[in-house]
Amino acid sequence: MPARHKLLILDDEQDILDLFREFLTRLPGEPEIHTAINGARALALLESEPFSLLLTDLKMPNIDGFQVLTIARKKYPGLKTVVISGLGDEQTRSRAYSLGIDLFLEKPKSNKEINLFVDCIEALLNREEVGGFRGIQSKGISDIVQMECLSKNSTVLKIINGPMEGKIWIHDGDIMDAAVGELTGEAAFKKIFGWKSGHFENLPGDPARPRTIHNSYQGLLLDSAQSADESEGGEAPPAEAGAPAAPPATPLAAIARIKGVEFVVSMDTADAKKFDHWGAENPEKAAAWCQKTMQGFRALGEQLKAGPLNQLIAMGSQNNAAMISNASATKDLCVGFHRSLTTT
Amino acid sequence: MGLLDIFSKSAGEVKFENLPRGSFTVDPSGKLIASTLPQAYPEELLRGMATAVLSAFQAAREAGQQLRELHVSFGSLKLTAREQRGGAIIFLAPAS
Repeated sequence: MPARHKLLILDDEQDILDLFREFLTRLPGEPEIHTAINGARALALLESEPFSLLLTDLKMPNIDGFQVLTIARKKYPGLKTVVISGLGDEQTRSRAYSLGIDLFLEKPKSNKEINLFVDCIEALLNREEVGGFRGIQSKGISDIVQMECLSKNSTVLKIINGPMEGKIWIHDGDIMDAAVGELTGEAAFKKIFGWKSGHFENLPGDPARPRTIHNSYQGLLLDSAQSADESEGGEAPPAEAGAPAAPPATPLAAIARIKGVEFVVSMDTADAKKFDHWGAENPEKAAAWCQKTMQGFRALGEQLKAGPLNQLIAMGSQNNAAMISNASATKDLCVGFHRSLTTT
Repeated sequence: MGLLDIFSKSAGEVKFENLPRGSFTVDPSGKLIASTLPQAYPEELLRGMATAVLSAFQAAREAGQQLRELHVSFGSLKLTAREQRGGAIIFLAPAS
């Protein structure tokens, strides 16, 4: 006789917990159902005994569903995970699935949907593992920061890279501060951004942390990627015995990971034929356009005595492009991005 | 002659604090159509701006990019240009 399944339901509303408990008692095999009203409680329950399935809401105060899922997927790779959420948009779904969940279900609203919901859970519980790998996907720091900011989360990202430890404070999707060693603010963020491998964990948010970073997360990621580009690929992680280093990502790929970025071209200011690119359909033309445009406006700046050319935003009907130079004006960078992504 | 020199100012001597605020319109050939800038502002500099803007729109077309607008930030000046039937309207404002 198969062992009874143990289910854990996590939601910050007691009525919803009671409702889902009632739905799931219909499951054959009379599973043992536990509930948790907050993320900390759910994590403690998972720690204390083995569960077959975790059903969780996403939007919750302090530790949200994404944070619980991140930890649960990492610590309990055999645990089946289901998101039950009222947030059905594609972005939320993609983010949840990227964490390796098994199912994303919207909260049922009718009898028919309730039956379907119970059937889905039953099918998932009876599903035999047929091989393959389960686990958290490998993500870069820009992905992790973007995920937290896009979801308007409040969290402290603790990032460990060998003997170094950094923290990034995020409140309601805004990056408030960062710290690593004696560095704080943007300098610390850029240092952490330069790390190519390591691991991270989400700590509960710290709304009392004073704000030292006022740049938007997109602007900060672009600046950091630009800094990494200038420092020839960022900082190598310190050696850590037994820890295989992740394959190094190119600085352009780091920018390209920012949601909404469509292409990136980097070229020598003096010679547009010397370029590197990611995602550009016609990189030669894009490099020539960027170099010619930047050159023209640099000359205009000198003619007007208007100071250095800081940045140029070209807005099109479909997409936009931002052009900037490095500090020594030896390289130009052109980033094409979707109109929905702002540069401020 | 020498006495009046102190009142004259060549285009090359425009200082940061004297950068213009206003707008002007140019046709596809770069000819000035209308302007809200002070009349004393050197036309040579306006032509320079028009050339840079129209060249940028042209270069974008050659690269297959359909541009509507350019926002250019210099250390002390912001230039915004909007494409208008091959010509452009150009807005100038000191950088805040």
